[in-house]
Amino acid sequence: MSTPVGGPHPAMPTYLGMPAFPAAAAVAVADSQLRANLAHATRTIRAKRAGAVAELGDWEELRAAGKAIKDHTLAHLDHYLLRLEENVTRAGGRVHWAQDATEANAIVAGLVRAAGTDRVVKVKSMATQEIGLNEALAAEGITVLETDLAELIVQLGHDRPSHILVPAIHKNRAEIREIFLREMPDAPEGLTDDPRALAAAARAHLRQAFLSAQVGISGANFAIAETGSLVVVESEGNGRMCVTLPETLISVVGIEKVLPSWRDLEVFLALLPRSSTAERMNPYTSIWTGVTPGDGPREFHLVLVDNGRTSALADGTGRQALRCIRCSACLNVCPVYERTGGHAYGSPYPGPIGAIISPLLRGIGSPADASLPFASTLCGACYQVCPVAINIPEALVHLRAKVVDAKREKIISPERTMFGVSGRVLRSPRLLAGAQHGAWLGGRLVARSGRIRRLPRPLSAWTDTRDAPAPPRESFRAWWARTRGTR
Amino acid sequence: MRVGLFVTCLTDTLFPGTGRAVVTVLERLGHQVDFPAAQACCGQMHFNTGYRREAVPMARGMVAAFAGYDAVVSPSASCVSMVREYYPALAGEAGDGALARAVAEIAPRTWEVSEFLTGVLGVTDVGAYFPHRVTYHPSCHSLRMLAVGDAPLRLLRAVRGLDLADLPDAESCCGFGGTFAVKNPDVSAAICADKVAAIRQTGAQVVCAADNSCLMHIGGALTRQRSGVATMHLAEILARTEEAR
Repeated sequence: MSTPVGGPHPAMPTYLGMPAFPAAAAVAVADSQLRANLAHATRTIRAKRAGAVAELGDWEELRAAGKAIKDHTLAHLDHYLLRLEENVTRAGGRVHWAQDATEANAIVAGLVRAAGTDRVVKVKSMATQEIGLNEALAAEGITVLETDLAELIVQLGHDRPSHILVPAIHKNRAEIREIFLREMPDAPEGLTDDPRALAAAARAHLRQAFLSAQVGISGANFAIAETGSLVVVESEGNGRMCVTLPETLISVVGIEKVLPSWRDLEVFLALLPRSSTAERMNPYTSIWTGVTPGDGPREFHLVLVDNGRTSALADGTGRQALRCIRCSACLNVCPVYERTGGHAYGSPYPGPIGAIISPLLRGIGSPADASLPFASTLCGACYQVCPVAINIPEALVHLRAKVVDAKREKIISPERTMFGVSGRVLRSPRLLAGAQHGAWLGGRLVARSGRIRRLPRPLSAWTDTRDAPAPPRESFRAWWARTRGTR
Repeated sequence: MRVGLFVTCLTDTLFPGTGRAVVTVLERLGHQVDFPAAQACCGQMHFNTGYRREAVPMARGMVAAFAGYDAVVSPSASCVSMVREYYPALAGEAGDGALARAVAEIAPRTWEVSEFLTGVLGVTDVGAYFPHRVTYHPSCHSLRMLAVGDAPLRLLRAVRGLDLADLPDAESCCGFGGTFAVKNPDVSAAICADKVAAIRQTGAQVVCAADNSCLMHIGGALTRQRSGVATMHLAEILARTEEAR
């Protein structure tokens, strides 16, 4: 068995070659149906979350506790992971360590084959999306059935999830009905787009699979080191079917999901549902510890995945992203996510948390990952709602500096030249005064009644949709010098 | 109180009327305002775009320019949050002990104009008169970094003749985001379109805020649409009196 030591920046196989954020976002913004679906969904859930959080008088204390527990655990991650392994093993489970996606996928494929089957049912899980498990298993001839309703919609639609909690948020119910009729052989005739009818059709479709599956695959929201227990929090009960009915259960879990003790879990079971679904308590919380003869799976495997997490942990400012409990509150309040949806982020982790966690896990080598830290207005709404107080704006500007610094020695960049020159001008009152005069002269050539409607590249990106103000003849400093004298 | 006006490079260059308005209001309240001409730019744009190395000498210039004032007051919540929230980290990163000490000296005395008026001076009625329908956009950095709360609204409610209109979805960003506006222009414009629609829905003649950067963005879309809605910095409204009409 290998030790839990991480490797550098492995790839998410399904997202290789994605375009940089600005290009992908431009396409998404032009899709008016998508924008309408997203605006409706995010605004609804945003208002509900605010109400659910306002019910608790000690929300800020809970939030501070969540942050403190995660920080403590991350600072002693080696200790708690070994403790988790020890207790899972003692309870009759087996622990496997995977350094990256490739290793994790190979371990799972081997376990499925060893169970003598080529069909598995799956609980919604971010870790398995991250490592591209479904695609890796398909390449091995293993069929994976997603059983979370929204993940099923995404799978049937040959699509990608676009939200952490609501993977099919970009689809409205009319579009979902079409997907079911087209892709689900047992969809009832005359299926309407009534949400209950759609859910019933999915339920009937999944039921037979639950009863016949030999292997279930899950992630976990939390892993408790003290007892070796795994926790899955969900709304539908389909996850519970997957973790109780099959003979073999395989849980694929990121190493940052470990919590020291049951007492710690209490804090997160208060923070997570209110932040994600705006519920006081989620409908189904499934907790299992190893195997129990005569009850549930006979074999339990825990695959602990690093896949870039130890690299993220080594980043002093970035490591706070590992506190994330995948609630998606930051997505729902983000002005950028609301207009682009999740696909533009080129990762299963979209929105503000995705803009920091994808570059932290995968590195900033690709154009897509290098563009993500810039996919934010730094408005701070994400930080305000984060239940574990991840200062996402701080991490974003930190990662922006990493992107800029990585390019410093390599290539000639017009942007860097511009920032270098402007930096020298903007720190010198004398040069700034000169530039102000120059701006007034230049503005006179292009302004009409105080507004500039067209500027050359790269500033045309501004004037394509917005006027720019014409620089005035007299700057403030010139006015002060003229009327008050230089003091 | 001896106040150093931190006018910001954007207001200095493009919106000098806002700087004059801050001087007018503070002098009307009996304070001595000085404009240290050694100031230039706080470096926020460079810092936020990843050019931290370039931002360090800009921060050094700023703290040198403002040494010794009782208070440093600025018409930009965004630039004040740069000084208060990010200068300490920047100085630490640069390993510059002198800068860190100067920042520790200046940052706690640096205020955005509405929090200075209400929080430090304890004033809400500054003797202003502005007989127009006005709506207020709480800029993100005033709201979430400085947490000025309802200070600007209390100041506006005390302005005689002013008809204050509630802005729907007020706390949403306008989509400016500094260099975001040109690095992700499509998304920025889409966010701005919703902000502008909300402003127009209020029937206000003027939209005001505590940041000229956001107002430049919102105003750029308002004039492009020929909406007839004007943008004004909060301080410019507070500077208006019946005599000045």
